[in-house]
Amino acid sequence: MLRYALKRLISLMISLAVASVVIFAVIEVAPGDPASFMLGVNAQEDTLAALRAELGLDGSKIQRYFSWVGGMLMGDFGTSYTYRTPVSQMIADRLWVSLPLALYALTLSTLIAFPAGIYAAARRGKPGDLTVMGATQLGIAVPNFWFAMMLVLIFAINLRWFNAGGFAGWDTGFWTGLHSLTLPAIALALPQAAILARVMRSSLLDILGEDFMRTARAKGLTRRQALWRHGVRNALIPVLTIIGLQFSFLLAGSIIIEQVFYLPGLGRLVFQAISARDLIVVESVVMLLVFAVITVNFLVDLAYAAVDPRLRSRT
Amino acid sequence: MSLLDIENLSLTIHGTPILKQVSLSIAPGEIVAVTGESGSGKSMTALAVMQLLPNGGQATGAIRLEGHDLLTRPEVDMCALRGAAIGMVFQEPMTALNPVKSIGDQVMETILIHKAMPRPQARERAEEVLTRVGLPPDRFPLTRYPHELSGGQRQRVVIAMAIALRPTLLIADEPTTALDVTTQAQILDLLRGLVSEYGMGLLMITHDLAVVADLADKIVVMRHGEVVEEGVTESLLRNMQHPYTRMLFEASGHKVSLPDTISPRPLLEVTQVVRDYRLPRKGLFDTPGHHRAVDQVSFTLKRGERLGLVGESGCGKSTLTRAILGLEEVQAGDIRLEGEPVFAGHKPNPAVRRKMQVVFQDPYGSFNPRHRVERLITEPFHVLENPPMGAERQDLIAEMLSAVGLSPKDADKYIHEFSGGQRQRIAIARALIIQPELILFDEAVSALDVSVRAQILDLLAELCAAYDLTYLFISHDLSVVRTITDRVMVMQAGKIVEQGETEQVFSDPQHPYTRTLIDAAPVLPDIGSQVA
Repeated sequence: MLRYALKRLISLMISLAVASVVIFAVIEVAPGDPASFMLGVNAQEDTLAALRAELGLDGSKIQRYFSWVGGMLMGDFGTSYTYRTPVSQMIADRLWVSLPLALYALTLSTLIAFPAGIYAAARRGKPGDLTVMGATQLGIAVPNFWFAMMLVLIFAINLRWFNAGGFAGWDTGFWTGLHSLTLPAIALALPQAAILARVMRSSLLDILGEDFMRTARAKGLTRRQALWRHGVRNALIPVLTIIGLQFSFLLAGSIIIEQVFYLPGLGRLVFQAISARDLIVVESVVMLLVFAVITVNFLVDLAYAAVDPRLRSRT
Repeated sequence: MSLLDIENLSLTIHGTPILKQVSLSIAPGEIVAVTGESGSGKSMTALAVMQLLPNGGQATGAIRLEGHDLLTRPEVDMCALRGAAIGMVFQEPMTALNPVKSIGDQVMETILIHKAMPRPQARERAEEVLTRVGLPPDRFPLTRYPHELSGGQRQRVVIAMAIALRPTLLIADEPTTALDVTTQAQILDLLRGLVSEYGMGLLMITHDLAVVADLADKIVVMRHGEVVEEGVTESLLRNMQHPYTRMLFEASGHKVSLPDTISPRPLLEVTQVVRDYRLPRKGLFDTPGHHRAVDQVSFTLKRGERLGLVGESGCGKSTLTRAILGLEEVQAGDIRLEGEPVFAGHKPNPAVRRKMQVVFQDPYGSFNPRHRVERLITEPFHVLENPPMGAERQDLIAEMLSAVGLSPKDADKYIHEFSGGQRQRIAIARALIIQPELILFDEAVSALDVSVRAQILDLLAELCAAYDLTYLFISHDLSVVRTITDRVMVMQAGKIVEQGETEQVFSDPQHPYTRTLIDAAPVLPDIGSQVA
């Protein structure tokens, strides 16, 4: 198990290193000089040069790559071209909204999807299954911003249980913070839960057809006991894969929901940075997201091994 | 009183009749074998006893276990009986165990689910039964997972689960069909021992008459969901009444006569071939180890000769086949067809490749279900430089389909419209269509029912006469190899341990391993063959 984890960790490091080179190169070839963008077209050549030096844009590409990577390792992501504040601070502020939101949404989606998927699989072809399948079809088809608007309409405007938007901040207390993230988390979670429930159902149905499920019944287990003791754990592998993918998506892909609820999240930060050609921010956020995705994949790999002993020994 | 009494059992699944008025009985300590070909309803009879029928199954009649009817029992009662009073062993040991649970947990589960004893005692009992089935905990700890065991060992775990609570009735559904002959002999011995030791009744489902003849006290022969004949083993085999029983018996020991077409010219020359597989590194900086799957193998196949290759799973038969086909490069040695190497440099040699074809075991998995037969059997044309076109192509398709006993009209059908035996005929047509110099049959008749197998063997004998076939016939089934080959090679752990004239090797084996194999293979008794 340790060897397996170590191997996955090494591959994680290599992926990160490769990703950093690719991101740096792509941003590098993107047109537009941030210094002249910031100072306008009439800027003096020596002012531009001074600003470039200040932003760390002089020097060779290789030097700049290493100072960028070195800085990131020390927690220094550079200075935003437009706001003149440290990028690390900007990202940290946003991450305090986006990360909890993503985790919240993922938890909700898992809590909805697991029971729904297992329930549907256990009642294959029966009304319960058809209802769940119909609901998940709807959940996949309807865009999440529509859910968001409906949630606002019902729970914020009519029932007044929640605020229609904005984020109170964690300083006001954990529950207040969580409260203001609830509607966006539900809006994000519903379509994800629909997908996850379907994966859970089909994965479990595959497992229910396996020989060892019949062996379990022959031992005297009831249908339900066989399902829970032998079915669910075996069905988890594809489900874990999807959960990993969904987390990465939730972290970065919630820009529309952030707009609907006026949340200061990462998605909005990237959007603003791109429009302002604030490349250092874009570069850093993209790198951070890549880091998050790769780390989540690493965790998913570890979860695979925890679930399936065959992977532990195949190192 | 008998232990199990099945009386006029009829079964329909979604209205389709599966079993018709099946009756049989088993006494304590008795072994009753139910035999018949696929679709005869033998497995459904077993599942009906367990009340584990597929959805839509409707059973009528009576199944009495120790006098109590099982068909009228509610599901709760059946759960209490399954595993405790009735144990069941299945055909496929590779998939019958949950891959993510340890063998100890799985054996203990049988005990714990019935609340038969507290956990510490259950653990002791699990160790005890695993020892009884030949997996002592000092060598096979309870923490082992199924993937760390061989097929035979897994089947022992399945048996341990089934007997953990000493059921009065054990049902074994083709328990040895997926196993090698030597493993099969051991598992059959184990079952026989358990029956006499525990006084269980054993309901054994098998298609293999030779296994039945050797093991069972009573035989029940089924066809199309009906019992056609039953009786005490010896007298049933001595006076087979029903034509179907006689046909089964005849087909099981079916013999063909091959035409004499061997020429002295060598066709395939295999010299000192070695195939190594790299094993995963043990440590980060260790040099990886090797597993030698084929070890210094040399042989010559003459034109017109039919050569057999036998051995147990994992002995390197399939690896050698792949090397001959040029699918994998070998690490040492030389494989030549008509003097040309199958591997030129590091690439397969297409000139040689188009002179060889192969027929695989699985008649269901080896065809693309979305292509018509016409396209399926002309696939080998891809390796030809100038494949036949137009009318010539159509004629060839028609000729090949007729040659394998199908109609030229079948060319427009899809593969799902054919039975297993017909599919194997199509596979042979596909191999024959480019008139290859050499055909490799890789377990080509192993998945077929005995009557179908007999037909395919007849077909091969006919084709030998019509097309002067040269082939390498790879099989674990000794009786088939004995009749369909001129010469045979016995392979063990990557090495050819014995080779010679087929009849010579079978009647007077020289190598101890060959003797073990031949002794382990169940044979049909002579009593039956005299009648048949």
